[in-house]
Amino acid sequence: MNKQALVEVKNLKTYFYTEEGIVKAVDGVDYEIYPGETLGIVGESGCGKSVTSLSIMRLVESPPGRIEAGEINFQGKDLTKISEKEMRKIRGNDISMIFQEPMTSLNPVYTVGDQIIEAIMLHKDVNRKEARKQAIDMLKKVGIPLPEQRVDEYPHQLSGGMRQRVMIAMALSCDPKLLIADEPTTALDVTIQAQILELMNSLKESYGMSIMMITHDLGVIAEVSDRVAVMYAGKVVEYTDVDTLFDDPKHPYTWGLMNSIPKLDKDVDRLEAIPGSVPSPLNFPKGCKFNTRCPLAEGKCYDEEPPLEEAAAGHKVRCWRYKDLEEIKKRGERIYEDRGVQK
Amino acid sequence: MEWQEVVKRLLQNKISLLGILIILFFIIVAVFAPWIAPPRDPDDPYLIPRAGWSIEPQPPSDEYIFGTTEGQYDIFYGIVWGTRTAFRIGLIVVGISTSIGIVLGTIAAYYGGWIDEILMRITDIFMSIPFIIATIVLVTILGQGLTNVMIALITFSWMSTARLMRSQVLSVKEDEFVQAALALGANDFRIIFRHIILNTIFPVVIQASMRMGSMVITASTLSFLGVGTPEGYADWGQMISFARNWILGVEGNPLNYWYTLIIPGVAITLFCLSWNLIGDAFRDILDPKLN
Repeated sequence: MNKQALVEVKNLKTYFYTEEGIVKAVDGVDYEIYPGETLGIVGESGCGKSVTSLSIMRLVESPPGRIEAGEINFQGKDLTKISEKEMRKIRGNDISMIFQEPMTSLNPVYTVGDQIIEAIMLHKDVNRKEARKQAIDMLKKVGIPLPEQRVDEYPHQLSGGMRQRVMIAMALSCDPKLLIADEPTTALDVTIQAQILELMNSLKESYGMSIMMITHDLGVIAEVSDRVAVMYAGKVVEYTDVDTLFDDPKHPYTWGLMNSIPKLDKDVDRLEAIPGSVPSPLNFPKGCKFNTRCPLAEGKCYDEEPPLEEAAAGHKVRCWRYKDLEEIKKRGERIYEDRGVQK
Repeated sequence: MEWQEVVKRLLQNKISLLGILIILFFIIVAVFAPWIAPPRDPDDPYLIPRAGWSIEPQPPSDEYIFGTTEGQYDIFYGIVWGTRTAFRIGLIVVGISTSIGIVLGTIAAYYGGWIDEILMRITDIFMSIPFIIATIVLVTILGQGLTNVMIALITFSWMSTARLMRSQVLSVKEDEFVQAALALGANDFRIIFRHIILNTIFPVVIQASMRMGSMVITASTLSFLGVGTPEGYADWGQMISFARNWILGVEGNPLNYWYTLIIPGVAITLFCLSWNLIGDAFRDILDPKLN
């Protein structure tokens, strides 16, 4: 891609200084988001995906957190360097964010209208009446029935899906160029999930904005993303477009993730599972951080951290043995222990 | 819960309704004091008129319906105008000390780190000084008088609110709607005043309503101990201190001077009771576990 990136994250490091030691939640992350595209960020709990997004918004709680190094280039500005005041102008205006829990993301003591109006009036020079009109308009756009009535209701009067729509309305009320969605559908049930994702997709198109979709759900990634960054232990381990990722995962971790999803067209008794869990960020292993769980780990993997290497055009992977993995794939073998009977 | 709902429930609850009625009664007395007990000297209405110079209290009569206390001060007049004093002490002391507590507690919790550390250690220091002794010392230094009593009470009574507010804000600031507001570009001032304080204020309101009564009692205690209002000032605590020498009555009739003690005592008790009733009802209404 030779388009100008909207956001360019370079070697971002966000550490937390805790009493037990330094937690390297994000440890050298690079990615770009282009205008109009959706970048999916996927990974297990604790891999640093939320901290990455909070770093872009500069909302990492400090202390203990701190953006240690790196650049976040957005419209010619490095977001890690600008003042808090400038940052406040960007938040909600150029970059918006929606959160996981629609139940708690709205202030219970104000009507939803008040909250959207607040968001509008923070960034736009309009009076209350005009802001209210725009708020009702936004509610209509996110598919809330009877917006004139809903605008005066309190969050507890709305269902989870409705609240997430309100959150989206609030986030989009100032025409942001980038919407960061931190697991926006995790707390919703499956049918509502699909509706919300569809809504986000259609709004993305009509607003021409970019979305950074953070999730642990590969189904969500497949549905909305253009490109995907797979994160593990504070680093991007694989970075490519969504089709390639699903057809040809090159990192053993991504491969494990793919095979841990049940598929309709394959009849399997038990799924492959990646053994163990993400190592504690206080105590990362030497070498490749995945070596404690990787079935292919050997020699070099324990000594040296692999670089994020361009394995194919537009397909980056952080693994010493991705070529060996390809061989294994060609032979149709599995790398993870089969913990059950395959039919 | 919304304000309207809280008010509705306060009025439905029999106990709090009783408290509200008593308070209303006191408010009426305070507001209409110049008509209920016309002052002899309109420029100094808080000075209790005297019926004479004899020391011995006189029982209720037609002219002085609650009798007169030591030094012939009119008890009825003292009670009526003392209501104003009680409200002044309660509202000003509780209002200012609660505001100080809210601001300090919120700042400590919201910013955390060394700001929290410093503010909370200061709070600890103030809390470690015995309340009554500290206020007596401060009033003695500042000099007698209602204003100085209030200053002393404010100085040593904001700490519990600060602690309460801090713990409230600590939990609310982790809520996602605060993050969401930050993500929309709101500044600290807006976050604190619009999003945090309104979500944390109820326990503080409960505490404040309970303190309304206790502050009046403490002020009375100071008057009783002789460091409160100047002699002859319409103040319930002072009325009780006048009764000090007459509590035991005369030989064979311990209740001989009952009116000197019982009447101001009842006024103070009712005043405190009503605030506590309201505070209790508030707590019951707002406690989700009791709903």
